[in-house]
Parts: sequence; C-alpha cells; structure tokens
Amino acid sequence: MTAPTDIHAYLAELEDIPGTRVFTAARARKGYHINQFAMSLMKGDNRERFKADQRAYLDEWPISEEAKAALLARDYNTLLDMGGNVYFLSKLFSTDGLSFAEAVSTMTDMTFPEYRDMMLAGGRSPIGNRSIKANLAAEGAEANKGNN
Amino acid sequence: MARLTAGVGSSHVPLLGVAVDQGKTGDDYFGPIFAGYEWTRAWEEAEKPDVVILVYNDHASAFDMKIVPTFAIGCGEHYKPADEGWGPRKVPDVEGHADLAWHIAQSLILDDFDMTIINEMDVDHGLTVPLSMMFGTPEKWPVKVVPLAVNVVTYPVPSGNRCWALGEAIARAVASFPEDLNVQIWGTGGMSHQLQGPRAGLLNREWDNKFLDTLEREGDDARHIPHIEYLRETGSEGIEMVMWLIMRGALGPKVKPLHRHYHIPCSNTAIGHIVLEPVT
Repeated sequence: MTAPTDIHAYLAELEDIPGTRVFTAARARKGYHINQFAMSLMKGDNRERFKADQRAYLDEWPISEEAKAALLARDYNTLLDMGGNVYFLSKLFSTDGLSFAEAVSTMTDMTFPEYRDMMLAGGRSPIGNRSIKANLAAEGAEANKGNN
Repeated sequence: MARLTAGVGSSHVPLLGVAVDQGKTGDDYFGPIFAGYEWTRAWEEAEKPDVVILVYNDHASAFDMKIVPTFAIGCGEHYKPADEGWGPRKVPDVEGHADLAWHIAQSLILDDFDMTIINEMDVDHGLTVPLSMMFGTPEKWPVKVVPLAVNVVTYPVPSGNRCWALGEAIARAVASFPEDLNVQIWGTGGMSHQLQGPRAGLLNREWDNKFLDTLEREGDDARHIPHIEYLRETGSEGIEMVMWLIMRGALGPKVKPLHRHYHIPCSNTAIGHIVLEPVT
C-alpha cells in the first residue's frame, strides 16, 4: 500500500505546471454553471436556440457577466481560469463547427496553421514546460550569471 | 469459467472516429495510424473474444458535473452512441453483457471497490473509437461490452495504484464467473496530450515509450507513477493513461507482448497501442 497523500502538497503541485489549469475541485466548483451550460449544448434543440440568440440563452443560466462575456468571445483561456473544463467547453466549439485542434490552438500563442505544423513536427516539447518553479529558478540562475 | 485472455491498450482520439466514419483511414494523414492497427484487427478476428471489458472515460457525455463517479460499471443490456455536440456517430449500438457485468460489480464491491452501477447511459468516442479501431466498420459489433468508466477529468482522479488494484480485482471477478467466456480487457485513452491552455499541444514520445516498455515488463512499477508525473511529462490529458493500468493490473505480473504501435500526431494527441497476453 502507498502512504497517505498530503492533500495540500498534492494540490500545490497541480498549480506548478506552466500554461495549464488542472481541473481541481476548486475550479470544478467555480465553473459549475459554465460547464453545465456547455453541457446543455449536447441537445440539438438547445444548440438551435443558442445559435438563434446566444445572449438570451446565456441569460437563462446563473453565470457571471464576465463569464458570459468570455463565452460570447470564445475566450477559452479566461474560461479555464473561471473553472471551465475543456471537455465541457468542447460542446461550445462543436456547436461552432470548430475541430478540437482548431479550438485548442486558440488557447496557445499560435495561429491554427502554426499549431498544426507544430503537431506534425512532433508537438510541443516538455523541455522548459514541466514546472513554473523550476523555470523561475532557471531564470534566476541565468540572471545571476549575467550579474557576475 | 470465464477466461481473461488478453489486454489491449489504445488511444481513443475522437478524430479517429471521424476518419473511420468519413472513409479517410487510408489517406496520408491517417494511413500510418491505421496501419498500426491492422495486425490487431486480424488478431481479433482470429481470437473472437466474447466480451470486452472496456475501460474508458466519459467526456462530458453520459455524465455531467451533477454526478462524478470515480469508477462506474455499465450493467445494462445495451448502450447507444452519444450525441457529443455534432450528432451521434453512425456506428452500431453497443451490446452489454449484463450477467458478467453484474457479477463483476458484485465481486468488486465485496472486494472493497465501491463501484457505481449504471443501467442506462449513452457511450461516447472514448468507448466507440477503440471498437472502430479494433473491428473496423461491421454491421454489428462482434463482441459484447462491459463499459467501465473512470473519472480522469475532475481531480483528484484515482491513483495509479488504485487503478492497478482494480484491475487485479477485475481479474479475480472474471475468473469466478461460471460461464465459459473469452474475455479481453482494454485500457483506453492517452497517450501524451494536452487540450487546454497555452501549453496545449505537448507531446512526449520518449516518456510514452518508456511507459509502454514498463507495461511490457514483468512487475508492477507503473502503478506507483504519481499524477504529477503524468501531468508534467505527458500533458494534462495524458493522465488518461492511468486507465491502461487497470488493463495491465488485470493481466498479472508477467505478460507476453504481442503487438505495439506508436505514432505522432493525431490531432492534438500521440497515438499508442499495445496488445498483451497474460503469462501464467
């Protein structure tokens, strides 16, 4: 058997990954209605109603003004910060007729063709993308070297 | 008695289903991916399993945030392909094996695994894409399926150790089922991929292959890989690989590797596929 896990250390590590919002309980709680709204787009009738008047459809949900604005703008990184999860948000970009790869590329600093080329060339490297703390330490070491 | 004869690991990228449904499996992009499954399709035809215990994750299709079961087992008679936002895949309905599923559910609960029991649900690409990869486009799926859905979305997801132990308990449950059945267990999802945030698109060929090596070897080292390692090395959605550990745990300490395939990329994802036979 494994030793009991320290929940605080476990959760802190999940926040140490660059450019990533792990779907923790805190985010799941915060983004509950965003995700349930997205989930409602699984039904064809709801998709039609949403497409006909997006704002009116969103107003039926207990979602904050900022979240509604992010949903209307399809600002997926902001939605992740607000507790949205990509599997739920995928119902929104499917409704828009976007492929998973194209929607995902909008969260990066690349255009879709650039993103596609990166994937064809083997994807994003984990090097330099593993840990925020490690990256900061490396930057610090680099800066110190400059001072010497 | 029922026999657990093999384990299969496979990615379940939705785009693979699209390729099958639109007849693109031989083109320049998808050809090399599907070529790596030809061996398995011939092997499955020869093996003729009666039932597949199909470990997968639901992608906000059958389950929303109202209820998040960690381990859920499908005990129903049949399941329909889910509408994931663009209409259901036009693939056959999935036939369950309710007798075996209920037997496994009861055995697991008696064995300290507190399973959620599902009688009705739709199944999404997580379950139907692996069926397409292994069986192509038949009128009717040639196997019955016991769906085993794992939460790998809302944290904490189950530990690798717990997944491995669940696999071991599933093996005991299958071995005590009185009917003579040829049963396979499939672990699906992965390999490295990240579908969210500025780090999206992360892939890790080296780590993925190290993981496949570990699954082929004798022993159970892989059960102790912590979540954070999957996240750092293989992207936020690479965590799906804990589902492969349920498959591997069910096969026992020693396995014979029969087939392996790895390809980058498919959409945002690294494709991995492995076929293992238990050695007793």
